Amino acid sequence: MVIIENLHKKFGKNQVLSGVDLTINEGGIFAVLGPNGSGKTTLIKSVLGMVIPNKGNITVLGENIKKNSEYRHKIDYLPQIANFPSNLKVKELIKMIKDLRKPTTEDKRLIELFKIESFLDKKLGQLSGGTKQKVNLVLTFMFDSPLIILDEPTTGLDPISLIRLKDLIKAEKAKGKTILITSHIMSFVEEVSDEIVFILEGKIYFKGSIQELKTKTQQPDFEHAIASILSDNHA
Amino acid sequence: MKKILVFIAVVLTTSIVLAQSIEVCKSCPISTLKEGIAQAKDFDTIIVKKGTYKEHNVIVNKPLTIIGKNYPVVDGESKGEIITIISDNVTVDGLFIINVGNSYTSDYAAIRVKNSKNFLIQNLVLEKLFFGIYIEKSRDGKVFHNKIIGDAVEEYNSGNGIQLWYSKNIQIEHNFIQHVRDGIYLEFSDFCTIKNNISSLNVRYGLHFMFSNDDVYQDNEFSDNGAGVAVMFSKRIKMYNNIFKENWGTASYGLLLKEINDAEIEGNTFSDNTIGINVEGTNRINYKHNNFQNNGWAVKVKGACYANIFTENNFLYNSFDIAYNSKVNDNQFDRNYWSGYTGYDLDKNGTGDVPYRPVKLFSYIVNRTPETIILLRSMFIDIIDFSEKVSPVFTPDNLLDNNPQMKKITW
Amino acid sequence: MLKILKYSFYDLMRSRWSYVYFAFYFLLGIVLLFLNNDLSKAVITLMNVIIVLVPLIGTIFGVMYYYNNKEFTELLLAQPLKRSSIFLGQYLGVAISLSMSLILGLGIPFVFYGLFESSAIWDFSLLIITGTFLTLIFTALAFNIALSNENKIKGFGYAILLWLFLAIIYDGLFLMTLIMFEDYPLDKLSLIGTMLNPIDLSRTLILLKLDISALLGYTGAVFKQFFGTSFGLIVSFIMLSVWVLLPVSRIIFKSKKKDF
Repeated sequence: MVIIENLHKKFGKNQVLSGVDLTINEGGIFAVLGPNGSGKTTLIKSVLGMVIPNKGNITVLGENIKKNSEYRHKIDYLPQIANFPSNLKVKELIKMIKDLRKPTTEDKRLIELFKIESFLDKKLGQLSGGTKQKVNLVLTFMFDSPLIILDEPTTGLDPISLIRLKDLIKAEKAKGKTILITSHIMSFVEEVSDEIVFILEGKIYFKGSIQELKTKTQQPDFEHAIASILSDNHA
Repeated sequence: MKKILVFIAVVLTTSIVLAQSIEVCKSCPISTLKEGIAQAKDFDTIIVKKGTYKEHNVIVNKPLTIIGKNYPVVDGESKGEIITIISDNVTVDGLFIINVGNSYTSDYAAIRVKNSKNFLIQNLVLEKLFFGIYIEKSRDGKVFHNKIIGDAVEEYNSGNGIQLWYSKNIQIEHNFIQHVRDGIYLEFSDFCTIKNNISSLNVRYGLHFMFSNDDVYQDNEFSDNGAGVAVMFSKRIKMYNNIFKENWGTASYGLLLKEINDAEIEGNTFSDNTIGINVEGTNRINYKHNNFQNNGWAVKVKGACYANIFTENNFLYNSFDIAYNSKVNDNQFDRNYWSGYTGYDLDKNGTGDVPYRPVKLFSYIVNRTPETIILLRSMFIDIIDFSEKVSPVFTPDNLLDNNPQMKKITW
Repeated sequence: MLKILKYSFYDLMRSRWSYVYFAFYFLLGIVLLFLNNDLSKAVITLMNVIIVLVPLIGTIFGVMYYYNNKEFTELLLAQPLKRSSIFLGQYLGVAISLSMSLILGLGIPFVFYGLFESSAIWDFSLLIITGTFLTLIFTALAFNIALSNENKIKGFGYAILLWLFLAIIYDGLFLMTLIMFEDYPLDKLSLIGTMLNPIDLSRTLILLKLDISALLGYTGAVFKQFFGTSFGLIVSFIMLSVWVLLPVSRIIFKSKKKDF
């Protein structure tokens, strides 16, 4: 599905990714984890073509992404901070994204699911952070693409919406899609993900299932396992 | 009414009968102008019929009236002067005179009046000429309604349209002059009136005064000349209601005043000239009710000029209103309208409460480094002009209009 | 690209700032024409406004729009769209909506005043064309600044500096250079100096209309050819187009290399 080879990225003097090799197979939910500044977002953005690597190759569904924008038809992306043009109405934004990508009717179901019908005629500038995140989710899931990338999808969501989100993710997985998630909420990651990728100082430190991680770190639960990786490396 | 008409008709016919008239035409017994003049007695009328008469050096030596019917052509074949009048009381009317001889030694003219009085030259058309109408040492004459079209390109080998030399009391009206050196030129000629003429596209000046005093020129139009009008070394010239426009070029002015005293300049319009009036060494001149619009420089003052007074003129959208090349000012500006004035009038009396400074620092800079003209209207220039306005360093600090008008002046 | 342009344009057409900008020009036009009732004076005042304010508003608005829409741009970047279309679309959206405010804001009062019957129509058209060019140029420059500076404050700072430099400081340096080298023939230098600053270039274009009488007073042959014939007009328009194309191509180039 996604093949990343020897990926290097530097922002100024700051080496963010230094030789990442990662293969993500089709189907399943992958969580990309790591401390702040470890390069999670950079990695995801590299896959999306938003960050241009200094070195290395990325192939998505068999297409090299360099100087290519067509492959993004096959990706749904949920950005971390949802900030939309404040003069647009929610309805118009959805219409616009559909116009930019392709027609779909999936949005109606999602709007119902997240209960945002009453906000459709509001301008985006007037929405709360949580509502914006819901709109963001609608925009992401309304296209039926084989690869879904979610950057901090739980930000600002109320518990009910969080449950709906989890259901949604599971449903998508059931359709055989590949889902890439970054999150700080360990319980959320533990609950939904099949496999985790742990990034540390610009390199893949660990790749495998949560069970394997626990075994490797000899910790009883996931949260402690992560903590032990961090303390080992900083000690 | 009928009676009056009959009376006039009778008078006209008898007068023609009394003064004998001689016909000149190609098929007549008298077929040349020269022959006609030779045969005529004093106060006869010579009628020249349509046709081409190849003649030059025609001397009119007795008081005659020469009238062309339907513009007969007198062709000088470029051999020299064409008609010379040396008698008093001569009238020349309605001829088409062409091909005056060109010379570097003598000033050949299409028609010359020499030592004569009471002449009338009217309705002539002059083309391909060197000098057009040349009046020397004559007085009390009239030059009306002539059309003079030259083909001058350079100053040194061309002549003037109408030239007056040591003449007095001549009236020059309703003439149309183009493409000669100076449209009208006066040298040592006093008490002349120049009125309602149009002088344009001339190589040097539309109208030129040298050492001539007490003349009046009014209601003329001078456009697109090397320079509109030059008044030099003359006294008491009156300039009323003339139009000076589109005199463009490096040394081009609407009006050039050089070493002249006691003149009146009133009611004139100076528009779209590189320099509206270029003033050099003039004293006691009154400028009143003139319009200066869209000129590069409305008035450029050089050298010593004393006691000149500018009142109630309109200065409209000139790139520069007044330019001085020195810090000294002895001229007075009062109650003018300046389109560049930005002051206010709190007491609503029509006069601005803050004086206006018509000389900008930038005009001083351009005077020094002409290329800087390209920065005209730049914000930076506005800023330095403003600071100079607040505390004058380079420009005369007593050069002020203390009563700038809030509205355009009408008269 | 057209789709992005369409949405940016709609977005801006609804923004408060477009109305403020439009209203400013509209009121300016009305005040100049109907309270003053003097077309020539109105044109001169407008010239001052256009060569000073249009660049300022173009830069500030361009930078502001870019930074305000950053997250939305990122959303667009994740869509199957070419980077050049995203940025060109947004750039044109801003530039066109600003130009529209200018053209309509000034145009409407002038049309009501009876512009079409007046001889000032050419002066006015020239002003509007120049204003539009300046909008295109300075919005593009603003996008360049914003693309090269992640830091918003820095970006705004550079934008203001750029405007200050081109509108005022440049002319000061230019004037000093001319005065310092006044013993040499300067007409070529002064024309080149003008070409290198879009504000000066626009000013010259307007001078050609308003101050031709004064400009023709200078002796230099190059000057004469430039100002005395249509050569000056043609060269100025070509240079203005170059001034649009250069920053726009840098937007494309820079946006392809940039990380988000």
